[in-house]
Formats: sequence, C-alpha cells, structure tokens
Amino acid sequence: MLQTLWENRIQCVAVLIFAVGFSTLLLHRNLVKKIIGLNIMDTAAYLFLTSIGYIRGRLAPIIVGTDTDPSHYANPLPAGLVLTGIVVSVSVTALMLALTIRLYDQYHTLNLDEIYYMALREQEGGQ
Amino acid sequence: MSFSVNFPLFCIVGSLLTAVVSSVLGDRWARRVCMAMVSVVAVLNGVLLGYLTGLGRSVSYTMGHYPHPWGNELTLDSLEALVSVVFSLVLLLCLLGGKAQLQRDLGDRKRNLYYVMAALVQTSLLALVYTNDVFTGYVFIEICTIASCGLLMIRQIGRTTLASVRYMIFSLIGSGLFMLGVVFLYNITGHLLMPELKQTLADLWQSGLYRAPLLTGMSLITIGLAIKSGLFPFHFWMPDTYGYATPSSAGILSGLVSKGYIFLLLKLIFRAFGTQVFYGAGIHHILYLLGVIGMVVGSVSAIREDDIFRMVAYSSAAQIGYIYMGIGISPDLGVTAAVYHILTHAITKPALFLASAQLTDGAGGSKRFRELQGAAYSNWVAGLGFSVGALSMIGLPFTMGLIAKYLFARAAFQSELKMIPTLVVLGISTVLNTLYFARTILRLYNRPKRKLAKPCPVRRQIPYAVSALVLSGMNLLLGIVAQPLISMIEQGLKQF
Amino acid sequence: MKKHNWKQILRQWDEGRFDLTMALPEQTEPDHAGPDLPYRWDRRDRVRALERRELRLFERMYPWLSALLCVVIVLWLFWAVAELPAFGDPQAPAHNQVMERYVGRGTQETGAVNTVAGVILDYRAFDTLGESHVLFAAATAVLVLLMAAGKEDGEYRRELAIMHTESILRNTVRVIVPVVLLFGLYVMFNGHLGPGGGFSGGAVLGAGLILYAISFGFDAIERFLNFRSYRATVLVSLCFYSLAKCYAFFCGANHLPVIFSAGTPGRIFSAGLILPLNLAVGLIVACTMYGFYSVFKRGRI
Repeated sequence: MLQTLWENRIQCVAVLIFAVGFSTLLLHRNLVKKIIGLNIMDTAAYLFLTSIGYIRGRLAPIIVGTDTDPSHYANPLPAGLVLTGIVVSVSVTALMLALTIRLYDQYHTLNLDEIYYMALREQEGGQ
Repeated sequence: MSFSVNFPLFCIVGSLLTAVVSSVLGDRWARRVCMAMVSVVAVLNGVLLGYLTGLGRSVSYTMGHYPHPWGNELTLDSLEALVSVVFSLVLLLCLLGGKAQLQRDLGDRKRNLYYVMAALVQTSLLALVYTNDVFTGYVFIEICTIASCGLLMIRQIGRTTLASVRYMIFSLIGSGLFMLGVVFLYNITGHLLMPELKQTLADLWQSGLYRAPLLTGMSLITIGLAIKSGLFPFHFWMPDTYGYATPSSAGILSGLVSKGYIFLLLKLIFRAFGTQVFYGAGIHHILYLLGVIGMVVGSVSAIREDDIFRMVAYSSAAQIGYIYMGIGISPDLGVTAAVYHILTHAITKPALFLASAQLTDGAGGSKRFRELQGAAYSNWVAGLGFSVGALSMIGLPFTMGLIAKYLFARAAFQSELKMIPTLVVLGISTVLNTLYFARTILRLYNRPKRKLAKPCPVRRQIPYAVSALVLSGMNLLLGIVAQPLISMIEQGLKQF
Repeated sequence: MKKHNWKQILRQWDEGRFDLTMALPEQTEPDHAGPDLPYRWDRRDRVRALERRELRLFERMYPWLSALLCVVIVLWLFWAVAELPAFGDPQAPAHNQVMERYVGRGTQETGAVNTVAGVILDYRAFDTLGESHVLFAAATAVLVLLMAAGKEDGEYRRELAIMHTESILRNTVRVIVPVVLLFGLYVMFNGHLGPGGGFSGGAVLGAGLILYAISFGFDAIERFLNFRSYRATVLVSLCFYSLAKCYAFFCGANHLPVIFSAGTPGRIFSAGLILPLNLAVGLIVACTMYGFYSVFKRGRI
C-alpha cells in the first residue's frame, strides 16, 4: 500500500491540499477565508484530475506533423475537463465575493458567527 | 425516428437563449418571453412523453456527430419526459403565483434578471433530467447552483444574503464532492458516458478490482447530491433559504431544484452505477437511515417553529427524508415510491409557499401564527390552496400524499429488515405532520377576536388564483386517479 | 417534571410553541451566546433555551468535529488513492478507446490540431456550451448583487473608483497593453492549432482590459467598452454560440451533413466551427472578466 501511495504521490498531495482547503472552509469564521478554502479545494480537485491525463514519456496532446498515433500523446480529456472546472470555479468565486461585499455592507463584519447573531437579534427585535 | 426526439435539444437551447435575451429586455417583456418559453417547454415535453410512451423504450440522442462513448448524449425515455413536464408546469405556476410578491420584493430593481435566473434554472433542470453524461451533469449542477442562488439573493434583505451565503457554501461543497467522485470513477473506468460507465463498473465489481476507488467515487457523488438536496445532517441551510426567499423562489428551490438533484442521483444509480453495484455496495442503507432520521427531525423542528415559512421549509427537510428512504428500501418498489413522492412534493410544496405568502400578505405581513388567525377568510383561494397542500402533506385520502405513503408502505413489505422501522417511522411522521399542519389550518379557519381584515377580491389576484387552483387540482386529480401515473413511473423505471 | 394540563398544551401547540422537549428543566440564568456578544433573550421560552444550549454545545464541539471530519476524509481518500492505477501508467484504464479516438482520429474528424480544442468544442461541445453559460449566469448574479443599490451606495463606490495613478504605470501600460491584447487575440485565433483557445485567450484579453482600466480610468475604457457594447457583445456571442451548436447537434443527431467542413488541419481557417466558437467564447470570457472587475470596483459596467 505504501508503495502505491508513493507511486501516486501527486494524487496524495492533491488529497492533502483538498484537506487543507476543507479545514480552512470549516474552521475559519471569516467569510473571505472560507472562500479561499473553497478555492483551494477546487484547485486540489483539478490537480487530481490533471494528474490522470499524464502518461509517462508522452507528448502533450497537440498533434505534431502527421503523427496521429495515439500512443505518442497524453490523454486530452482530463485537460478539457479541468478547463471546464476552472471556469466554474472562477464564476462561483466571483459570486461568493459579491455576496461577501453585500453582507459586509449590511452587517459591517465578515465574521459569519457575528453576522448570524446580528441577524437573529434583528429577527427577534422585529417582532 | 420521430421528429419529436429533437425536442429536448430545442428546449434546452431555447431556454438558454431565453435567458440570454431576457437579460437585455425590459421587465415586462422578459416576463412574457420567459413564461412563453416555459409553457412551450411543457407542451413539447408533453408531446415527447406521448411519443415515448408509445415507443416503449429509451432513445439516446447524440449531441453532435459522435455517439457514446465519445460525444455528449441525452437519453430520452418516458420517465424523464414526465418529470420534465411536471417540472416545467410547476415552474410556470410558481412564476405566475408569486408575481405580486415579486413586484414587492424586488422593487424597481431590474426585474428582468429574475427571469434570466428562472430560465437558467429551467435549462439546467432539463439538462440534469435528460443528460446521459456524468460530467454534463456536473456543469449543469453548477449552473443550477448559481441560478438558484440568484433567485434567492435577488431579494436583498440581510437575512436573504446570509441565507444565500450559506446555501452557496453548502452547494459548493456538494458540487466539489460530486466532481471529486466523478474524477475517481473516470480514473478507474476511463468513461464519462453513462452506458459505458455502467458496463465497466459492473465488470470491475465482478472482478473486485479497484474496489476502494469505486466505493469512494460512488459515495462521494451520492454525498454531494445529498448535501445539495438537503438530506438530514445537511438540511441546516433549508429553513433560512426557503424562509426568507421571495415565495416564487422558495417554491422553485424547494419543489424543483432539490428534486432535480435527486432525480440526477436516481438516474446515476440506474444508468451509471447500475442498481446491482449501488445496492450491492450497501450505500443505500446509509441513505435509508439518514432519510428516516430526517423525516422525524425535520418534522420535530417544524413543530417548534412559529414562523409559517420556516415551518413549511422544515417540512421540506422531512419530505426529502421520505424520498431518500424510498431510494434506500429497494430499487424497484422503493424507487417507484420515491419518484412518485418527488412529483408529489414538487406539486405540493410550491403551493404551500405561495399560499403562505398570500395569507401573510392578507394578515398584514407578519409570518407569525398568532397574526394569521382567520386569514383564510380574507383570502379564500389562498386558504384553499394551503389546506389542500397541507392535507396532502399529512396524507389524507384523495390527495397525492396518501398515495405516496401507500407506495412507501407497499415497498416496505418487500424488505424484511426495513419493514418494521419504515412502517413505524411513517406512522410517527404522519402524526407529527398532522400536529403542525392541522394547527395551521385550524388557525387559518378560526374566527379572530379582532375585526377581520377586508376580504381580498379574487379579481386582484387572478395570477395567484390560477396557479393555486391548478396546483390543487393537479394534487387532487393525481391523488384520485393515481394508477396511470404509477404505471407510467413503473414503466419508465423498467426502461431506465 | 411539571405537570401540564391539556388546555395549556393545546394552546402552546396552537401558538407554535409546542415541543416534544417540554419535560426539560427550565433554564433561569441569562446566557451569552457567541464569543463577545452579550445577547439577552427576552422570551424565556424553554424551546429557545434548548436551541441556545444546542447552539452552545455545537459551538464547543464544532472545531473538534471539523478536525476529525478532515482527518477521516484524508484517510478515506488515501485508502482510495492507494488502489488507483499508478501515476503516468500507459496501461491505466483512463487511456482507453475514447482517448485513442480523440487523439488518433480527432484531427481528421474535427480539423483541430490541438486535440483538447477538438474534444471540448466538438466531441463534448454540450459541456462547453453549459460552461460558457456558467460565466453568463455568474456575471448576471454579480450584477444583480452589486449594481449600485441606492444613490448613496453609487456615490460611495464611484468615489472608490477615482484613482490616482502614477505616470510610470501609465507609460508602462501604454507599451504593455497592446502587446497583451494582441497576445490574447493570438491565443484565441490559434486555439485549434496550438495550446490556447477561447478561454485562455479571453482571460488574457480581459486582463489587458482590466490593466487599461486601472491605469487610465474607466472614462478612457468607456469610449469603446460601456454597458451597451458589453451587453451587445455578450448577447451576440452567446446567441451565436447556442445557435451554431444547436445546428451542429441537430445535424449530428439526425445524421445530416453540416455545412462547415474540417478543412486542412494546420491552416488558420480550418476546423469548421471551432475557430468562430473560440472567438465567441473568448469575447464572452474577456467581457465577463472585465465586467467582474468593473462591477466590483464601481457597482456598474
């Protein structure tokens, strides 16, 4: 098992980065840090995905001359999927940051707990 | 091959175009275009449903010149067409019924952007229902997430923004896990198209090769979709999200979006994992357990609430529990019950949210029960809509809710292990549902001590009245003549 | 345990305060919820107290539970990774007939020398169609959120948007920006021939626009990119994209020939729809990038 883990060390690093992102997301109460955590998680998933496409000793999947022998090139599909993933991640990050700005405008803090209590108080006060 | 197999493509591209075009139109035209599009989608899917029911098998529709396993594909069969029809109809009725509150909640903000988001939700629901490709599922899950967040946060009060942040965080964790699961499965199979994936996974399961990544991939996908649809330990975002959104959005999010994810999960179980592998791996036991706990916990939390929106939202958590319990019982009768309950809930919950909005508006805007005393007298349509929905959630005769409960009970008898707990929990949950829904209905029809608010003339709320009456009518109709629907679902599941 | 009479219970039930946790002892001392926010709860409901106690317990347990969860996830994923096919192994199951066709026949079928472009814009074009609408959806949502809510807010943001820039920055940017924009266009136009494509080219283009806006101010950029032209570009690009792909999907599914031919691989005008699609995607990405920046900076485009 240790040997296969060592062979797949890139995936292992991806898992560790994923955990770093996930713990950042869970443990920090600051919204911006949470967003950073989400981004780290996404990035780890892309690292994982990219590493699947790599094949030892082969070229990037851009055809050179007339050589279309598949055994000379790496796998193009993971690269395409990562591209999709990155676009999605950019979009949701922008959306989350915009939400953060709105929330900050309304509550003047980025700490989610404080915001939550303020919102609760608002609710109780409203009745 | 009939021309009608092209309809899903037209519907998906048409709703994308509607979204894009609505973003430059004025408020009124955006609304008209969006409504027209949703109606057309419902009609086209209805035609397709007719064709596919007659055909009796599923059709795969290549998106481009390359068949699976190379190119993207859609699969069409009668169950998918049925679900699309119901979803589009309910979306239309949600937009129609919440029109008055939309105008109030959005103010003179650019209302056309609301319809952009609604059209995007429609697109992604269609794509999630029809897709034959796991990664397409991921892309449209993300569109669905962003668009539903848009529907939610477009009402910009503090609580809604906070709710959207929580919703987004949960959703993004869910889609991140989904993506990771897809990556694991791709790594061991090399396929993203469902038919090949199923074949390869079945072979791998037989040979015992790559057992750990296989289980991990399947569970990550399941967990991701469970988080996004709000299964028990992940239901915390629900009350805030549904409770503070504008009523149309609450209806769309609870009735359609979460159901879209569950339907995608069902589709993956049947078409991508294969029931043998999925049920062989035992993941369904966990779903069953969480579903059962969710049914009770959701209802207990609903009893605690004295805010009508949050109560209905917690009841959603309980209903999601029902659906997952059905998936957990067995792949045939259990899933039939789950699909029926998906439809039940998609029809009932928007009706409840829309009716609550009308009632609270009639009672001066407060969502508390105390203020709602006798609200049904000032707005009898909303009272009727709420009562039918609530009775259906309780499971009284002549409503869809009873049929759903009957189907769950029928499925329970299949499994020796799960029979007793299922029946007991069904009973408990019915009692709890009765506790909180009956109390609301009694409140609504209790003559208040103070003077009644002036009855709201029906004329002024024709859009809402139409949508409430259609939703209640569908509920009663499908509750009384349920057999055709059930046999359609069963036939559809066989083709899956 | 206090005795409740039925009338009281019924009333509580009716008011929405009925709960199965009635039997719990009443909490008398006022409590602090949250780290440094003394928050007094006026209504001394047992239900509320219970909720608060749950919340406090939850807060105390939360860090430990999250840490535990992370460790469990890492161990679980390691267990799965250990069984995965080895990194870089040519025999791994991911490199199967799907990949062989993408590489081996991709150039012939799609006309794209860059097989990644062939995969995302022809074989798996539906995904990419969705992907470009993800950008559109996010841009719309951000616009809804940040579009200057009231007049005051608009003023506030406009003040932020006035920038004092140094002449060093301006003169550097004057040299750099044309190169950046040209490079972005090059990447977009060469998407089917080499590394690059609409998404990367569009990102470069967008970065160039943002750089220009930073150093010369929004007034300068609004001469050619204002809200109207932004909307028009996005509208035309997305509509072209959807309609072109819809046509291609329709023809493909009904086994009809398409009018776009693959051409001679390696030529700039080849690969059928891929070049125009790359351009459309690039424009969408560039506009969205600039739009994000502008909306974040001053509340409008």
